[in-house]
Amino acid sequence: MKPPVFEYHRPESLDEALELLATLSDVKILAGGQSLMPMMNFRYVMPAHIIDINRIKELGEIHRVHDGVKFGAMARHDQAKKSEIILEHCPLIAAGMEHVAHAQIRNRGTIGGSLAHLDPSAEWPALLAVHDATLRVQSKSGERDVPILEWSQGFMTPNLVEDEMLTEITVAIWPEKHVYGFAELARRKGDFALAGAAVLLDFDGEVISRAALALLGVEVGPIRMIDAENLLVGEIPSDELFREAAEHVTVVAGIDDVHASASYRKKVASVMVRRALEQASHQHKSQALAA
Amino acid sequence: MSSFGSSAKRVEDPVLLRGEGKFTDDIHLPGLLTAAMLRSPYAHARIKSIDTSTALELDGVHLILKNADLALEYTTTELPLMVPNPLITKPVTPHMLAKDYVRYVGEPIALIVAEDRYIAEDALERVIVDYEPLPVAGDFREAVKRNAATAHHEIEDNVCAEFVQAFGNVDEVFANAPHIYKNTFFQHRGAAHPLETRAMMATYDELSDHLTFYAASQSPHRVREIYAKLRGIDDNQVRVVVPDIGGGFGAKGQTYPEYFSVAAAARLLRRPVKYMEDRRENFTATHHERDQLWTAEIAFNDDGKLLGFRGTLLHDSGAYVPWGIITPYIAASTVPGPYLLPAYEMKVTCVLTNKVAVTPVRGAGRPQAAFTMERMMDTAALELGRDPASLRRQNYIPADQMPYKMGLIFRDGSPITYDSGDYPACHDKAIELSEYDSFKERQKAARSEGRFIGIGIASYVEGTGLGPFEGANIRVAPSGKVTIHYGASAQGQGHQTVFAQIASDQLGVDLADITVIGGDTQGCPYGIGTFASRAIVNAGNAVHQASEAVRQKIIKAASYMMEAAEEDMDLAEGSVFVKGVPKMSRTLGEVAEFVNGKPGFTLPGGIEPGLQELSYFTPKQAAYANGTHLAEVEVDVETGYAKVLRYWSGHDCGKMINPMTVEGQVLGGVAHGLGNALFEWMRYDENAQPVTVNYGEYLLPLASDMPHVQQVHQEIPTPQNPLGVKGAGEGGTIPAIAAIIGAIENALKPFGVRISEAPITPPRLLELIECARKN
Ligand SMILES: Cc1cc2nc3c(=O)[nH]c(=O)nc-3n(C[C@H](O)[C@H](O)[C@H](O)COP(=O)(O)OP(=O)(O)OC[C@H]3O[C@@H](n4cnc5c(N)ncnc54)[C@H](O)[C@@H]3O)c2cc1C
Repeated sequence: MKPPVFEYHRPESLDEALELLATLSDVKILAGGQSLMPMMNFRYVMPAHIIDINRIKELGEIHRVHDGVKFGAMARHDQAKKSEIILEHCPLIAAGMEHVAHAQIRNRGTIGGSLAHLDPSAEWPALLAVHDATLRVQSKSGERDVPILEWSQGFMTPNLVEDEMLTEITVAIWPEKHVYGFAELARRKGDFALAGAAVLLDFDGEVISRAALALLGVEVGPIRMIDAENLLVGEIPSDELFREAAEHVTVVAGIDDVHASASYRKKVASVMVRRALEQASHQHKSQALAA
Repeated sequence: MSSFGSSAKRVEDPVLLRGEGKFTDDIHLPGLLTAAMLRSPYAHARIKSIDTSTALELDGVHLILKNADLALEYTTTELPLMVPNPLITKPVTPHMLAKDYVRYVGEPIALIVAEDRYIAEDALERVIVDYEPLPVAGDFREAVKRNAATAHHEIEDNVCAEFVQAFGNVDEVFANAPHIYKNTFFQHRGAAHPLETRAMMATYDELSDHLTFYAASQSPHRVREIYAKLRGIDDNQVRVVVPDIGGGFGAKGQTYPEYFSVAAAARLLRRPVKYMEDRRENFTATHHERDQLWTAEIAFNDDGKLLGFRGTLLHDSGAYVPWGIITPYIAASTVPGPYLLPAYEMKVTCVLTNKVAVTPVRGAGRPQAAFTMERMMDTAALELGRDPASLRRQNYIPADQMPYKMGLIFRDGSPITYDSGDYPACHDKAIELSEYDSFKERQKAARSEGRFIGIGIASYVEGTGLGPFEGANIRVAPSGKVTIHYGASAQGQGHQTVFAQIASDQLGVDLADITVIGGDTQGCPYGIGTFASRAIVNAGNAVHQASEAVRQKIIKAASYMMEAAEEDMDLAEGSVFVKGVPKMSRTLGEVAEFVNGKPGFTLPGGIEPGLQELSYFTPKQAAYANGTHLAEVEVDVETGYAKVLRYWSGHDCGKMINPMTVEGQVLGGVAHGLGNALFEWMRYDENAQPVTVNYGEYLLPLASDMPHVQQVHQEIPTPQNPLGVKGAGEGGTIPAIAAIIGAIENALKPFGVRISEAPITPPRLLELIECARKN
């Protein structure tokens, strides 16, 4: 479990990194290293070059932009969990971070690394999916924006070509009073989830005026449950409504692995959808009571 | 104040907590080289050729060894069967490096020695092996069938041992009993998974023709013995030293093939060679305990009295049987447990498969036996409409029947005799601690909130402290400090503390002035090892005997030195003194110096040279520990996720030398059992390719999975040894699986779910719940 020889590069700026990406071949970017280093030790990946982007300051920041929040690709899980901006404008993301791995891994692991690694059970893609995130991809020759739902190109395959890197992620924020829910089932605390659901709801009085619902752990990439969202909008929360919404969980292929079958994951996803909705609705009720 | 019986702080901890422990991998000898193993990617194949030429061209590669190279170094490359038994019909053992055939994924084929592990692994990729894949004996339930592929090409079938353990008239009991229940249990136990993987380093001194091993071994004297035997040399030409060990749990007790190729490399290169197993290798090449399939029938009369038990055990032995059939043997003899059982029969079949060998992991087949018996008890309770705890209590062997001849005959031909214990009383303590009697109300309240909680109970009896012996070599230096060498080695149990506690009282010396060193074959000439909950009984009593003898030597010499009667002497605070006359005293250092003698002067009559004693303790039979555990779990019936909420242990390991370390052993044991009940699963596909080879795939319990474990102890001393101690290393694990699974079943009683397997994962549990809901 030792990697073969590779060359290590540590650019100080984004331009320098993009230049390296343009000139070198057989490259891997090193972000938090929490997934890449084990894969290299197992010799699952054997890049000739490593570009360590930890020194690029501007990639490590979280900013409020006009109608959203912008994450540098190197923002750490723990940073997102504790950021004032996140807690204020997209608290679902902070709540989701509670479920990502363990403290040591959250201190190193990054949003960009998680998105580029694209584990089907990762929390980030689902959290970003309900927030309609846009991912900025850059190379020396230009840049492009990829909507989160077009990010996955297959099992652990992001929408990136060799000389490109992910640099920032922008999420749309919801009205101040919006509520959220996040539920997942993992075998142990901090494990990748067998299945999970992220929910955002907004209300007009007692009526759901807007809903966003995404799953993790059941498909290769993040998926939104549009049917269920449509079902919810215009309705008043009830056990029956949530149960019906949960039944709208549609999974095409599904993930089958040593821990669970696709059909189990689908069942659990449905349960998690209901629980996430219940959390959100509960939040709304507490808000109404407090007002 | 007596040190024995007090929860003295562990003397080994400060160093470990500061990260200053010395593990094998922390030892860097000058000129050290690193080894890596080329291992088989096939479960069963013939090796047609091995081409090492391009690997040898790599800069920094020093040596590559194959079986043929070892054949020059050893009288044979085939390892001996460590625990032979005439019942074994196919006594197959591995070669140090594979000879022509490989029989499990992970079997070592070649050893590569290089400047560092990086280079060694680069070289591994350049070795070209031409394999001819052979049919594979995969799942043991298939492998036992008549026309199954065989695990070794030259055998007719895979059955390597068959035997029956029985007493009483089973046929008659089952012909007449009014209540008979049957079940089948699949049980899987994964592997040992110590934090430190296997570790070894060999260094050879040409001048003295002497080889030293540094090895993370639970059984250093075995390594010395086998190495000397296979080299055809004297055992004084080998020394095995055991540095700190990061856990063993049974798996490090084995004399693995890797020791011999590493030693050969060190000799051939005249340089120290270290081999650190990596985690992936640990999954495939360190022995497992793995799979068993049990069938069971239990018979009761109308009053709930246990009448008989019979069944079969199919045991997956793996590709080789280096440790014989110990695990299934122990399993079959553990089933009767704490119960008055008039008739018993267990037919055991051991089957070879193309997977790494099965040898004991903490519990050594006992957890599976307890699971089988305790699940049957639960079934009976359910069917007879009895409370599971009360049904058990009714059937325990009462204390006044101790010593109790259980009915089976032990390996050595003697009847298995439970020597001591009060099972009903120990049970009562656990019941009280768990507030069992009010559980039904709590369960009802939880159900009204839609929560499903359940309680499970399991009892066990464990033979501990088997012989043949363990030794202790105690010496008081002229500094007044005491050194204790003992034969076995420590893997984190706290030997340094508890053995010092034993000597401290005898010698009147502070724990701080006693150094305890285990696992150095030069420090104690003979030894067996730390496993099977035997160190405290064997080595502990050896320390006791040796310190008693040294105490007598001190008194004798002091009596001469101070011209006072021996009967008037006592020892305390590092001195020997005349009782009531504090001025008349000598430090132990002064006495030691005196008996070390002066050149040319004869020692006074009766005084022996040196304050030193080497003593062996040889128990006549096992000392039987026992206990009753209870677990409370909650099941999420929509997902099948089960969590252990609370846990209670009632435990009797005889006299506790250090209650804190005993509790630590039980706690760790429970964690191990919890892993076996809910998480740990070494999975292979049907071609015996391992599919769980990292800790993302093979799940160990985390701290967050552990409930608070409350413990209560009963101390009924064993008459088998002077200290009255019984082993405590495995008792925490043995009933835990049964208690936890029983609790899950109890939580799901409203659905009528029955569980006949371990471990149980959320997907499987959900399947059982859905099935039960349909019916
Ligand atoms: C024990 C353990 C448990 C875990 N549990 C969870 C969990 O529950 N949920 C979860 O979501 N994650 C979990 N993770 C994964 C963790 O969150 C990782 O941090 C994450 O998957 C990768 O992020 P990283 O910054 O460490 O990326 P790295 O490991 O450095 O990189 C991962 C991959 O992304 C590429 N990459 C990184 N940054 C960029 C970029 N800017 N542009 C292009 N490519 C890039 C790398 O080249 C590499 O291929 C766990 C990890 C471990 C070790």
